[in-house]
Amino acid sequence: MSDSTEPAGGGSDPRSGGDSSRPGVPETGTVDPTETDLDPTAVFEEDEDFDLRPGADSCYKCSACDVSCPVAEVDDDFPGPKFQGPEQWRLKQNEDDHGIDESVMDCSNCMRCDDACPSGVPLSQMHNTARGQYVDEQMSRLSREYVRNRVLANYRVFASLASAFPRLSTAVLNSWPVRWLNEKLLGISGEREFPAFATETFREWWAARGGAAASRERAREARERRGESGADKKVAYFHGCYANYNTPEVGRALVRTFEHFGYELVVPEQRCSGTPMFANGMLADARRAAGVNVSSMADLVAEGYDAVASCTSCSMSLRQEYPELFDFEGVEEVASHTFEAVEYLRIHEDIRGEVREADVSGELAADFAYHAPCHARNQGLDRQAVELFRELEGAAIEDVGDSCSGISGTYGWKAEKYEKSMAVGAEMFEHMETAEGETGMTECPTCAMQMEHGTGYEVRHPLELLEAALVGDGDGN
Amino acid sequence: MGVARMAIDSEVLVVGGGLAGLTSALAAARAGADVRLLSHKRSTLRNASGLVDVLGYAPDGEGPLVDPFETIPELPECHPYRTVGVETIREGLSLFDDAVPGYRGGHTDRNALVPTHGGTVKPTARYPASTAAGLASDARGTLLVGFEALTDFDAAHAAAHLEAAGVPFEVRGVTVRFPGDLRADAGVTRYAALLDGDGVTVEGRSVSVRKALAERLKPHLGEAERVGFPAVLGDEDPAGVREGLADALGADVFEVPMGPPSLPGLRLAERLFDALDAAGARIETGNPVVGYDAEDGGGSDAVRVDRVFVDKNGAKIPYAADQYVLATGGLVGKGVDSDRETVGEPVFGCHVPHPEDRYEWFADDAFGDHPFARFGVETDGDLRPLDGRGNPECANLRAAGAVLGGYDFAAEKSGSGVSIATGYAAGRSAAEVVA
Repeated sequence: MSDSTEPAGGGSDPRSGGDSSRPGVPETGTVDPTETDLDPTAVFEEDEDFDLRPGADSCYKCSACDVSCPVAEVDDDFPGPKFQGPEQWRLKQNEDDHGIDESVMDCSNCMRCDDACPSGVPLSQMHNTARGQYVDEQMSRLSREYVRNRVLANYRVFASLASAFPRLSTAVLNSWPVRWLNEKLLGISGEREFPAFATETFREWWAARGGAAASRERAREARERRGESGADKKVAYFHGCYANYNTPEVGRALVRTFEHFGYELVVPEQRCSGTPMFANGMLADARRAAGVNVSSMADLVAEGYDAVASCTSCSMSLRQEYPELFDFEGVEEVASHTFEAVEYLRIHEDIRGEVREADVSGELAADFAYHAPCHARNQGLDRQAVELFRELEGAAIEDVGDSCSGISGTYGWKAEKYEKSMAVGAEMFEHMETAEGETGMTECPTCAMQMEHGTGYEVRHPLELLEAALVGDGDGN
Repeated sequence: MGVARMAIDSEVLVVGGGLAGLTSALAAARAGADVRLLSHKRSTLRNASGLVDVLGYAPDGEGPLVDPFETIPELPECHPYRTVGVETIREGLSLFDDAVPGYRGGHTDRNALVPTHGGTVKPTARYPASTAAGLASDARGTLLVGFEALTDFDAAHAAAHLEAAGVPFEVRGVTVRFPGDLRADAGVTRYAALLDGDGVTVEGRSVSVRKALAERLKPHLGEAERVGFPAVLGDEDPAGVREGLADALGADVFEVPMGPPSLPGLRLAERLFDALDAAGARIETGNPVVGYDAEDGGGSDAVRVDRVFVDKNGAKIPYAADQYVLATGGLVGKGVDSDRETVGEPVFGCHVPHPEDRYEWFADDAFGDHPFARFGVETDGDLRPLDGRGNPECANLRAAGAVLGGYDFAAEKSGSGVSIATGYAAGRSAAEVVA
């Protein structure tokens, strides 16, 4: 248990000097082979990028990553994470004619390899940098793949336009000519139905409700009711794109649940978390978005706020990918102050006790077939919902197993990946069918799309159930 | 600073998700305790062969031993088996037998001899049903099958090795191409998924993998009554895959355990996690435990662990319990760590006895009797780690598995048995305190 989860040790940034001090925790005085203090002889050319050599050197080729890779299990053309990461990294160090192998674009960025590696190799960081380099240097800006990937990676831009006329956009996007054209012209699978745009975005609802001032008042009332005085309970909500444009009910549930526990919320300026951009190698887009997010969150963290996200890929991005890929001021502070929403309540409140006392009725009094998203798994959250809700009266929850849903954000939207995506998802579909419940549950918006696509089940977010269980009707809108 | 963090509570907290951690969490949960297991990464069991040994060789090298239970009372005092005693080892194995379906060997005290992918014969106390038809004590003629691209198993080489070891049966090895267009470096899960599934495309038409494979093997079968494959025979439905192949071949089918990553190890991990889930335990995987806070035990008592800290991307999250079990593994699993000066236990800083001069940590002969192989924490009779003066480090901390010192699991073939026996003892003891 001695090595930290910070891949490539020392924050993986050569400029950080490999500082491994952990405030508040006793130093253990042990050596982590992945830490960079040793200053290994410079064999390879100096470069300005993150130094991934310590990570590559830590790989002892056990192939645990390859065995955990859902794509390698179904795709005979995909060489797997061990090649994409440490092996490819070594290949390209001293041979000028070794570009990045195009198969890096077949990685779905589920990041399961990170969790599987017993040796602390920063696999997903290596994949992200290699993919970025490939797109930057080897992919034509005029190719259909580039254009398509850019469109998918920048979902937020299109969602913000589409949500100006939500009903019309949903109808048009799902009309057969548009789906046919998408497939033929762009290579976006026509098999999938576009998610509906909400008629009122989360931010519109938040503003109409009175924004931060109203939240402060509600939180104060809740603290009074709970007999807590003067608590400094403040969180900044990172809603991401999907809860804003498509499922504002998830954002509303988060707000009401946190206010129920006495937390004042703010909803700061934010862009896409970057997850779909990393997965498509669009690192310049990701850097721009991350810059905005880090700067707005860092200021709040300095004022005593923690960041909470309802989407597990968003929280993953802020916590792990930002510090692995970007060197913005405050990026480490934001990472260590970002949490998934239910996780945050588990850490700071007796949520288990409240759920045990509660019961749920109405439309959410159901049996749920729960799927843990890969990105939740990497944050140690894969059993959180099941362990919490199995003690809730009125609802039942069953884990549908540890397989990947197969959609991995934009991966399953690509026409040439659609069938592989469904092959990866087959195990989950089967387990959903055999589970008692006929309502799905997951934290991840695209996993939810895949669950719905494969089974026809309606899919809910754990925050919706938590709100139904804990927040009284009297709390208003 | 933001809001104060409450510690996430349980009665018994187990640190480590290998065989020792899983067994101790299971023992405690089945005894009625509210248990939480924390594991940094996915279980190391996924790399294990899936064989469960108790004692294959005596510390002086004598063996393979026929009956481990005859030798255990003669082990040195410092051996973890001596700490817990034969009765506890038996109880631990009973827990394993009850919790893990599909294992054999529980009917006898004697070791079974299972052929491995290197062509050696491993003495083991329990083995997966998938290996049962391959036992070396069985006199039936045997064909070992390797796949061209799966270089970890050279069937002819393994067969020659077994022959040289004097096994009481005819054995041949043959290498064939696996049906379908697999990558040269396809992982074991890819083979397993294909064998689980409906078919592969061969020359443009879809065929059943099991049938196609059997067809390829028939000309090689000869007098053989059983056929051994590398351990890739199915992930979702291993029994069905073996049965399908056996029907098509007209011979018994078994798996030869392989090195990491290992499907039998993966299946074993899954069964133990299922058993732990069914026992009501809480499980968190993905973040490391990096330190702890102690509190005064009161009077002359040892200090107590008050809480441990889990590192989540730089945030230190407190987890508290009444009793703690340390099951983080040995030198390979990083439960015991060393640098050029010293050897230590990184989470709680437990004392690990070792010579001051690091040139005394190892023997010059690569396969010699290395002192480092026995490095680990020393405990009292209740498995509580001891400090340099022989007092418990913490009153409510027990250790189990490879983090313990005093035995060389690799030479003795005792790693699984020690993990199960000490895991069971530590978990049961912790549960008794909180009951």
